[in-house]
Amino acid sequence: MARAVSRRTRLTNTAVAGALGFLMFFPILWILVLAFKTEEDAIRAPLEVLFGSGWTMESFTTVQERSDYFKHFSNSVVISLGSTLLGLLVAVPAAWSMAFVPSKHTRNVLMWMLSTKMLPPVGVLVPIYLIFRDLDLLDSRFGLTVVLMLINLPIIIWMLYTYFREIPGEILEAARMDGATLREEILYVLTPMAIPGIASTVLLNIILAWNEAFWTINLTASNAAPLTQFITSYSSPEGLFYAKLSAASVMAIAPILIMGWFSQKQLVRGLTFGAVK
Amino acid sequence: MSTKASRSAAKVMISPAVLLLLGWMLVPLCLTLYFSFLRYNLLQIGDTPFAGWENYYWFITDPSFKAAIKNTLVLVGGVLAITTVGGLFAAILLDRPMFGTGIIRIMVIAPFFVMPTVSALVWKNMFMNPVNGIFGRVATSLGFQPVDFFGQIPMASIIMIVSWTWLPFATLILLTALQSLDQEQLEAAEMDGAGWWNRFWFIMLPHLARAITVVILIQTIFLLSIFAEILVTTNGGPGTATTNLTYLIYVSSLLQFDVGMGSAGGVIAIILANIVAIFLMRMIGRNLDA
Repeated sequence: MARAVSRRTRLTNTAVAGALGFLMFFPILWILVLAFKTEEDAIRAPLEVLFGSGWTMESFTTVQERSDYFKHFSNSVVISLGSTLLGLLVAVPAAWSMAFVPSKHTRNVLMWMLSTKMLPPVGVLVPIYLIFRDLDLLDSRFGLTVVLMLINLPIIIWMLYTYFREIPGEILEAARMDGATLREEILYVLTPMAIPGIASTVLLNIILAWNEAFWTINLTASNAAPLTQFITSYSSPEGLFYAKLSAASVMAIAPILIMGWFSQKQLVRGLTFGAVK
Repeated sequence: MSTKASRSAAKVMISPAVLLLLGWMLVPLCLTLYFSFLRYNLLQIGDTPFAGWENYYWFITDPSFKAAIKNTLVLVGGVLAITTVGGLFAAILLDRPMFGTGIIRIMVIAPFFVMPTVSALVWKNMFMNPVNGIFGRVATSLGFQPVDFFGQIPMASIIMIVSWTWLPFATLILLTALQSLDQEQLEAAEMDGAGWWNRFWFIMLPHLARAITVVILIQTIFLLSIFAEILVTTNGGPGTATTNLTYLIYVSSLLQFDVGMGSAGGVIAIILANIVAIFLMRMIGRNLDA
């Protein structure tokens, strides 16, 4: 039973936690403000920025015109969605078979898959870079999609596995008793029950792929550059660019912030490989 | 009860995943190992003779290696200290009854969803820039000399940026773990006269021990590979002040095109990461049996 909490305590908690929330969220809030300012206004003192200047959409259009922003945005979309779907294609059967037809090797296979995720990317940077160069895959969306699929594959399989394992096996047996074939079993019994787990897995994986900033930076230059790489072009600035950097950043993080909102719980499960639920 | 047919079907279903991961792991790993024993620079045309332990010798004796190891430890340790302690307090705070729980939680967690290049550049320019940044403006208006963050305290600045990203992660995980704590246990302790500190020290902390370990281990794996934040803020400088092992390997392989040296560094990075990984795998494996 939850204790009855006085209104006063509740208000104090709200104030303290709200202050923490505001502090953590402030940088995001601030670029949201700066994105709608002119460059001249964006570098004024904070209070003047807020109350002493007008609002404009100018930065958004400039960013698009000068740097073809939507090319990079769509690269991000294609690469993160592509790697997720490709990963699902491989991971769903694997997780399904480990969850429902476990063998004495299942545990070791799972642990081994996890161990591939522990490999530091920089340890294999050189060979991957050279292979990509020789296969002409540098700065290609396809190459990057495959790499991101591979680095996130262990997480997808693990997450799906933990979800699938929660589906009671008796249901499958009952279906089999009723004469369902393997295909029918998967299609009509398992799939509907697995959809929520698959959906959370997809969500988390898109977030991870969208924000991945080691391979995306090292394997792309311009054509296939997703937003993570595109934003680095603002690290050596010429002239005034706060408003443009803000506009570009706001558009880059908005979709993921919204997705993250929906996937808080799954995030814990996915990123701790089921160690914390 | 699995039938023979379903067992062979299961094998077919799992093999693509196993083969892909096996290839992804073995091919580059073997190549890294192989390259690390060659004198191989992309800028020099010609053959790539066997070099023995030469690359390892030069990589390890280079003064920047020592700096990189120190920087890696400071970066990982600093971020871990801030995020674990901060996350613990934030989680306990957010677990209390309040108004607008949902909105406050999402505000605390939001930074985790910001891509590394964005968070680094936003902090660098909008906050830490000594002239136009908010910190500089506040310092100036109070009559202080503004701090040149990336000139004077480059590593501390990067630790701060990275902590901003990972504090939400620690908070989220610890909060999840905290919510599974039996409230009646806390109430019983309170009725028995246990003060706040005792309830925290004897009930909450032991309950969270496992989650705290997981937070530390998982973050360590990711923090050893910090790269983008350094690339867009300091490029490893000034000097080697913010060059971590990942960045050092990046410099020798993709900026100096020294494949042999970069690979030797890669092997060292893999060994270091594995030491952490072994502990993490044990924790997770134990959970699998439950």
